[in-house]
Amino acid sequence: MVEKNFKVVAETGIHARPATLLVQAASKFDSEVQLQYKDKKVNLKSIMGVMSLGIGQGAEIAIIAEGSDEADALKTIEDTLKREGLAE
Amino acid sequence: MSFLSGIAASNGIAIAKAYRLVEPDFSFEKKTIDSPDQEVARFQTALNTAKTELEQIRDRAGKELGADKAAIFDAHLLVLSDPELIAPIEDKIKTESVNAEHALKETADMFISMFESMDNEYMKERAADIRDVTKRVLAHLLGVQIPNPSMVTEEVIIVAEDLTPSDTAQLNRNFVKGFTTDIGGRTSHSAIMARSMEIPAVVGTKSVTEEISNGDLVVVDGLKGEVHINPTPEMLEEFKRVQADYEKQKAEWAKLVNEKTITADNHHVELAANIGTPKDLKGVVENGGEAVGLYRTEFLYMDRDQLPTEEEQFTAYKAVLEGMEGKPVVVRTLDIGGDKELPYLNLPKEMNPFLGFRAIRLCLQEQDIFRTQLRALLRASVYGNLKIMFPMIATLVEFREAKAILEEERQKLSNEGVQVSENIELGIMVEIPSTAVIAHQFAKEVDFFSIGTNDLIQYTMAADRMNQQVSYLYQPYNPSILRLVKMVIDAAHKEGKWAGMCGEMAGDETAIPILLGLGLDEFSMSATSILKARSLIRNLSKSDMEALASKVLEMGTTEEVIEAVNAAVTL
Repeated sequence: MVEKNFKVVAETGIHARPATLLVQAASKFDSEVQLQYKDKKVNLKSIMGVMSLGIGQGAEIAIIAEGSDEADALKTIEDTLKREGLAE
Repeated sequence: MSFLSGIAASNGIAIAKAYRLVEPDFSFEKKTIDSPDQEVARFQTALNTAKTELEQIRDRAGKELGADKAAIFDAHLLVLSDPELIAPIEDKIKTESVNAEHALKETADMFISMFESMDNEYMKERAADIRDVTKRVLAHLLGVQIPNPSMVTEEVIIVAEDLTPSDTAQLNRNFVKGFTTDIGGRTSHSAIMARSMEIPAVVGTKSVTEEISNGDLVVVDGLKGEVHINPTPEMLEEFKRVQADYEKQKAEWAKLVNEKTITADNHHVELAANIGTPKDLKGVVENGGEAVGLYRTEFLYMDRDQLPTEEEQFTAYKAVLEGMEGKPVVVRTLDIGGDKELPYLNLPKEMNPFLGFRAIRLCLQEQDIFRTQLRALLRASVYGNLKIMFPMIATLVEFREAKAILEEERQKLSNEGVQVSENIELGIMVEIPSTAVIAHQFAKEVDFFSIGTNDLIQYTMAADRMNQQVSYLYQPYNPSILRLVKMVIDAAHKEGKWAGMCGEMAGDETAIPILLGLGLDEFSMSATSILKARSLIRNLSKSDMEALASKVLEMGTTEEVIEAVNAAVTL
């Protein structure tokens, strides 16, 4: 299992468009990928799960991946977060 | 055959097959099924068909509306692949032996109510997304069709209860020949859209969705405000003849494209166009518009999930200014609120939105939004002849505050070394009676007025223009309105300023003679009304119209005014 923490910097938080990009990225991998915010953990392959968290600017989040391609998955998601200016 | 009457919202005659933009029947019953595996397979087939359909819609939206608008369909597609949604549905079918429709609805409803219960407007909107996509799957399970106007491949007339901005955004302009709706009036979105698309429309028919089935042959007579369903061959011939005559008349008007708008006694007025997006410029040029008299910037803010950036706005404003090649462009700053909502601003619901927190009131409080727009405008100003006007000004203090903010932004830009035009005229919309009444005070401080009649009439008559039951009070020719208009024009002229009008009234054949007589300098209307107005004005003499105007100002009712105009203007 691999895990990494991020801080959301995007002004509008993780709303529809960024959520779409993250779910698309996570869905490419076999590993289970989860997104943790406060005390809630959701499946990062679930758009509704991600959206239901209502993550705003300044939120501390964690990405947790577990499975055969976990390292790749985490790396890809990290890249997406940074490339889109969502979190760092 | 049968016929319905409604409100003529956009000129011309359209003849084509009906395409109903109406929700199908989604009712079904909960059933126990024998073979859960087969039922799961049936569900998966429906799911996959829905996905394919959405992919097609996304691709077409991407091509016609830009990647921006297509992005929402990517999110919709992900909902249909969401393991947290799909797995519980399949489980439910298997463990409870229920039909797929029931399992889908129960599961989707759970998510919908979860999103609806969040105390954030934006999240509440997401409930609508889930409802939308799961309905598409349900439709395939039930074998009913969800109308999908973006995929139309033959000429059609759109039949709907009403058309929202997102409905019209999906319409394929090559195939949609006309609109007809149950509700709406001359100033509703569907009517404005029809005029900007230059297609005939009849709105407010009350029952067109009940009377017309898919594939019926429909005639939309936007000249008379009538809709004919499956006409007899003789009638059809007659309509084709009227259509041809109208086309001929239009061709006559078209000869005036490059002519000046001068009265028979050599007085010049300016005929301008109202636009909503840079795309509308084509119509302005083709119809001989001498200026843009109203650029409604709110379309930049609508149908999206966040505010447009300064850069996006700058690009749009620059495109319009350059497209007009130095001719005047009057840009109205953000006029949101009332009937135009922006879900992502999370504004509280109001009892009287038309009298509420909207337009300049909102901009003066949410200054970040306002300043971003002003910066984009100021930066674009060097690309043409920009004039800026503030909407919904009720007091002189509001105007002064708005102007001060503009000046601050100008100063900031100049400190940053950004070039800004020195000659930007600054004006206001006159649409609130308080402003019309002391127009002489405003005239000392503004560079121009633009009278917004749609709102001025509704506020003067205290009649909600969205409420059909009081629509008889929408009386542009009522002497009370005409007197307010006169006060504004006179006040402007006394200070050497100009006065224009950008409501529906400015393009109205009965109002034009009076407005000409009152001395209006600029008439801004739907682009498609310009040539007709030019043809009319060229046949009128200003001095005769001045006599007519002073006569009607002394009258008591709308009816008397109409009669007087008809008697004075015989063409």
